[in-house]
Amino acid sequence: MKEIKQSFPIRGMRCASCVKVTERALKKVPGVTDAVVNLATERATVTFDTENCTSQQLANSVATTGYTLELEDQNEEELKAEKEKDLSQLRSKVFISLLLGALILWGSFPGIMSTAPVFLQNFWIQLLLATPVQFWAGAEFYRTAIAALKHRTSNMDTLVALGTTVAYFYSLFVTVFPEIPMKLGMEAMPSFDVSAIVIGLVLLGRYLETRAKTGTSEAIKKLVGLQAKTARVVRNGKDIDIPIEQVQVGDVIRVRPGEKIPVDGVVFEGDSSIDESMISGESIPVDKTKGDTVIGSTINKSGTFTYKAMKIGSETMLAQIIKLVQEAQGSKAPIQKLADAVSSYFVPIVIMLSFTTFGIWYIFGPQPAFLFAMLNTVAVLIIACPCAMGLATPTAIMVGTGIGAEKGILIRDAESLETANKINTVVFDKTGTLTHGKPDVTDVVSLGKVKESKILRIAASIEKGSEHSLAEAIVKKAEEEELELEKVTKFKAIAGHGVEGTVGKDKVYFGNRRLMEREKVDYQTANELLSKYENEGKTVMLLAVNGKLIGLVGVADTVKETAKAGVKALQKRGIDVVMITGDNHRTADAIAQKLGINRVLAEVLPDQKEAEVRKIQATGAKVAMVGDGINDAPALAAADIGIAMGSGTDVAIEAADITLINKDLKSVSSAIELSKKTMRTIKMNLFWAFGYNVVLIPVAMGVLYPFSGILLNPIFASVAMALSSVSVVSNSLLLKRVNV
Amino acid sequence: MELDKIFVGLFSIGGIVFTYWFFLMRKDEEAVVVSTNSVDIAVDGGYSPRVISIPKGKKTTINFFRRDSSTCLEEVVLPEFKIRKYLPLNRKVSIVVNPKESGSYEFACGMNMFHGKIVVE
Repeated sequence: MKEIKQSFPIRGMRCASCVKVTERALKKVPGVTDAVVNLATERATVTFDTENCTSQQLANSVATTGYTLELEDQNEEELKAEKEKDLSQLRSKVFISLLLGALILWGSFPGIMSTAPVFLQNFWIQLLLATPVQFWAGAEFYRTAIAALKHRTSNMDTLVALGTTVAYFYSLFVTVFPEIPMKLGMEAMPSFDVSAIVIGLVLLGRYLETRAKTGTSEAIKKLVGLQAKTARVVRNGKDIDIPIEQVQVGDVIRVRPGEKIPVDGVVFEGDSSIDESMISGESIPVDKTKGDTVIGSTINKSGTFTYKAMKIGSETMLAQIIKLVQEAQGSKAPIQKLADAVSSYFVPIVIMLSFTTFGIWYIFGPQPAFLFAMLNTVAVLIIACPCAMGLATPTAIMVGTGIGAEKGILIRDAESLETANKINTVVFDKTGTLTHGKPDVTDVVSLGKVKESKILRIAASIEKGSEHSLAEAIVKKAEEEELELEKVTKFKAIAGHGVEGTVGKDKVYFGNRRLMEREKVDYQTANELLSKYENEGKTVMLLAVNGKLIGLVGVADTVKETAKAGVKALQKRGIDVVMITGDNHRTADAIAQKLGINRVLAEVLPDQKEAEVRKIQATGAKVAMVGDGINDAPALAAADIGIAMGSGTDVAIEAADITLINKDLKSVSSAIELSKKTMRTIKMNLFWAFGYNVVLIPVAMGVLYPFSGILLNPIFASVAMALSSVSVVSNSLLLKRVNV
Repeated sequence: MELDKIFVGLFSIGGIVFTYWFFLMRKDEEAVVVSTNSVDIAVDGGYSPRVISIPKGKKTTINFFRRDSSTCLEEVVLPEFKIRKYLPLNRKVSIVVNPKESGSYEFACGMNMFHGKIVVE
């Protein structure tokens, strides 16, 4: 017994009685131990035994009540169990087919047949061994081929069914009527080994391919697996564990150390350190305190805290990431167009080539012409592999987008992944992207004997009453250094100059040059320092106490820790890096110099950024624009690739082609690297898939025979065919080893 | 040339012509017009119906039901809608689409061998 609890969306319910009816219908299904239906969330949480009950049975039972139980959110475990069951059946078919095929081969293949027991050399025994392989193990080829023929379509199963049927029925004919080929001067030699071993090997290829393919969608499974199952909600002062589907917006949730945060929200009480690596790829835990946002599925490392649920269900960040990755994996890369065009005509063309092969070998080939014609026709049908072409692009896209998601790089679709490969210019928005976007105190300088800490304390005390953005930075710095602020009286803000007030008994002025000039404070001794800091792009505030200048405080928007390395990584790739900002040239140049950026577009108003991007594109460059995803939306959309720096749950993933939820600027280069590696894999896959068919189909037709006597045995053809799609999928999986 | 060779030659040419006619000269099926907000598509050696017509700007649920055990058909891909779904055998899988623009949208199996079409009007 394997009992699981699963939630399903229910459609069509209107009232409480609908809930009762649906619950009753669910509980009636054998294997169901509990069913709770929630009208508000329109979901049913069902506890059932997967060995005695399937989701489909639940859906059927609900359907009898007139409502619909959606099976879109299929239980991963159930699907996995089903896939495992299918694979196990396939494994048995492979084993039995190859075993029976090997026995037939032993009894019929020239050179080794003399070592085989006599009964294995008997054609009737060979027929007995080949028949279950043909019609039991090979049944699915027939089923699909016949169903496809009804639609006048074809696929690989059509080719395998045709090829093995020709070999099997020829052999059957030779076994039943050996005198007929002998009268025609042919040896009565059946080819049951071909039909049986080809089926065994094609199934083996399919088995290996299916195993390998599960690896391509691992990223989604990992993301889905991150979801918490329950939440500890505080209700009426008590902690209650409820299924995550029943959490409502506004619920207060308690999280203890080591536990998973169930849904997105804002910390209500307490503080802790949270491991967000599963979402952002960033390995260092993030400290959270009251008012900070927390992301569902991340792990609470140290303290106990409560938080208010703000986003649930499909609104959570994890749900959005899963949706985005799923969408990217469902999209189609432009490079796939050629493979699409070829695969539409591929199977009919191979069938036409097989007729050609048969005719040419029978009419012009050596004796026994019929046998040559038949075996070469079978080889052509078997060796052709349309699957490799169909798998070449999507498997690599699936692995590539999955790796991206694991590293905090969300790629919107396959086309974005392909375009990122061609980027040769990256335009960074300055404020909020390369810099933190908020001013920070960078320098506190004493111009006399007064200590720096006292200068900061006086400055912060007087700025406490100011609403200026710079004041906030100074007060924050003082708080960080745990300085005790003093009481200020007679505070006054002087627009465009600074502030004044009395601290203790001292008259204090804190502001720019103009304020000092107005109050006739001599600041000539600080002139040199002032110019130096201003040339570095900093805003400098002068502090005068009782008419005497005692110090200055430098404030600037600081660059992000990863900015310099991010820019350098791109430049190392030969990518032109441009910085765009609304700041004046002096400030912009100072930041650019710090980051090693040579091309700066300063004093660009927000609505002009898009035009600047288009100007760069007009020079023939392929441009990626990196911004915050909201304010830069037009410029992001205008660029060939828009890269948004996502932050917390406000991630604006819809606006960008690529979203960096890890906030690491080095990831811009990583995204381009990932794109290049994925495209290289796709090109290798396509080259292999096309090359394989272009080279081996003519070989199977016998084009080498007139020059070298080389012919392709259908058994070898089936080995090559089985390996072709496996090799393509395996090559895509090799992408996982890529270090981006 | 001996009679059997003439016969085989004619058989081969006939086979080529028949294959071309049967697979490549197939006329597009008439679209099944979806008047309600859902449509069932059987997945068995292809898609039946192969062509569906749905209204623009309206949510339509497409229920795929795979009866074919071939791994070829185990996934359905609707690239324009960025959807790739695994279709478990003998089970309904619903996909909701809400096309904003008129046109023809292809869907195919994971290996792009079997095709269907959604006509949005």
